[in-house]
Amino acid sequence: MPQQNVNADSFDDDAPDDAAPPAAAAASTDALDALLDEIDGSLQINAEQFVRSFVQKGGQ
Amino acid sequence: MISADVPPPLEVSPARRIFGLETEFGLHLDTAVTRPVTPEEVAGHLFHSVVQWGRSSNVFLPNGSRLYIDVGAHPEYATAEADNLTDLIALDKAGERIVQDLVAGGEERLRAAGVEGTIHLYKNNTDSSGNSYGCHENYLVRRRADFKAFASELLPFLVTRQIVTGAGCITRTPQGAHFSFSPRADHMWEGMSSATTRSRPMINTRDEPHANAELYRRMHVIVGDSTMAEPTTLLKMGSTDLILRIMEARIEMPGLALAREMQAIRDVAHDLTGVATVELADGRHLTAVEVQQAYLDLVVSHVGGIVAPNDEVTSILDLWQRGIDAVRNQDYSLVDTELDWAIKHKIVSRYRERLDCALDDPRLARLELAFHDVSPEHGLFYRLQSQGLVKRIVNDARIETAKTTAPTSTRAHLRGRFVTAASAAGRDYTVDWVHLKVTGEDSRTVLLKDPFRSADARVDELIDSL
Repeated sequence: MPQQNVNADSFDDDAPDDAAPPAAAAASTDALDALLDEIDGSLQINAEQFVRSFVQKGGQ
Repeated sequence: MISADVPPPLEVSPARRIFGLETEFGLHLDTAVTRPVTPEEVAGHLFHSVVQWGRSSNVFLPNGSRLYIDVGAHPEYATAEADNLTDLIALDKAGERIVQDLVAGGEERLRAAGVEGTIHLYKNNTDSSGNSYGCHENYLVRRRADFKAFASELLPFLVTRQIVTGAGCITRTPQGAHFSFSPRADHMWEGMSSATTRSRPMINTRDEPHANAELYRRMHVIVGDSTMAEPTTLLKMGSTDLILRIMEARIEMPGLALAREMQAIRDVAHDLTGVATVELADGRHLTAVEVQQAYLDLVVSHVGGIVAPNDEVTSILDLWQRGIDAVRNQDYSLVDTELDWAIKHKIVSRYRERLDCALDDPRLARLELAFHDVSPEHGLFYRLQSQGLVKRIVNDARIETAKTTAPTSTRAHLRGRFVTAASAAGRDYTVDWVHLKVTGEDSRTVLLKDPFRSADARVDELIDSL
């Protein structure tokens, strides 16, 4: 989903420097967003029903 | 016939300890079929290959660990005895892969039974309707007459350590949802007891050392969350071990006995800001940050003395301090590649921002399940880890080895050798934590009471006779 990539926390050239997040944090957010882009579709399919169908008696 | 010539117990340094971790996995069949399929049925198909190999759904594996179906149809894996944390983490991670390896066969058998679906195994502690299952930690301690008083000294530490080693979770209440440190905290009913499913204590005091009972007891801690990140497991087991070492040296502990443990564990769990206080028996009120800092300071003051300094101790103490600071300063980025709750908080928060939804949105609950899914393909945790967003302690090669090979420095080595040899020879045998037995006409049993002993002539003979 490339559109989400474009919208997600990309650096804005016009923004003042002090508004930019530290490089490491930004790289980590980019990696996180790339991952969320990959799985977003499958997480959204019947999320509620998927979650509700996981019921199992308690253990110890 | 029981083999004689039992060797005397080994002299063991007080710093050496046997560790074990037991994990109950959540078992979830995602299917469109309309007939109800019970978790028991799914577990039966999942364990088909285990039963074929071991003639039972309760087996000891060539790596010395135990695999079985526990109460509630939970696949459970109990690691073999490890005498260091790196071996323990490798064995624990190997267990995830061992159960995940059963999934394809289980799905195939379900398909043959007319059920098309996907099996998910979660290393977590609650299902969607709030049933809880556990992750049990075992620490072998030296036997003493005052075990209950000794164990109760650990409770303030166990109640508050969730601020560093909790798994983190979204808690849904009628008033809305919030993020908590520990999913297990709400399921604890008392401090200590010898029961587990009827009454859920933090420490199970059942006297079952699986070792020479004159020398040892097992500290069976059942309040912890299952943890995904290797550094979290290192800190969970490592900090508890260090506290136990100091307690075992009979050093006076900080007087932090809690007035109401069950209230305290819940109050701590539900306050991510770290400002909630717990009431002490002496009437003082301290935050979980203050209690954890007191324990950490105590350990630090004994480094070089009771606690021999080494790289592992240094990394445990460093992560412990950063974990406390992350809560104290409300700067989760200090630990968000190492501690489960912070890793999870980061991804849940990011996904929520993107979806612009409330915290009780089912898509976030779906994300939580994906986080704990042990599948290397579907599991979100493993995708984070392979992206370098989670730090490692052991490498994949070591985990792969641990799937089939027991640690060489404990009793697990003897069990692993025996299971491997007996099953290769096609002999009937039974095994538990302290026995190796060849069954049949010339039945022979070796009793292994010393978990530190990794070499034993009786076992060599038994294996040679197969």
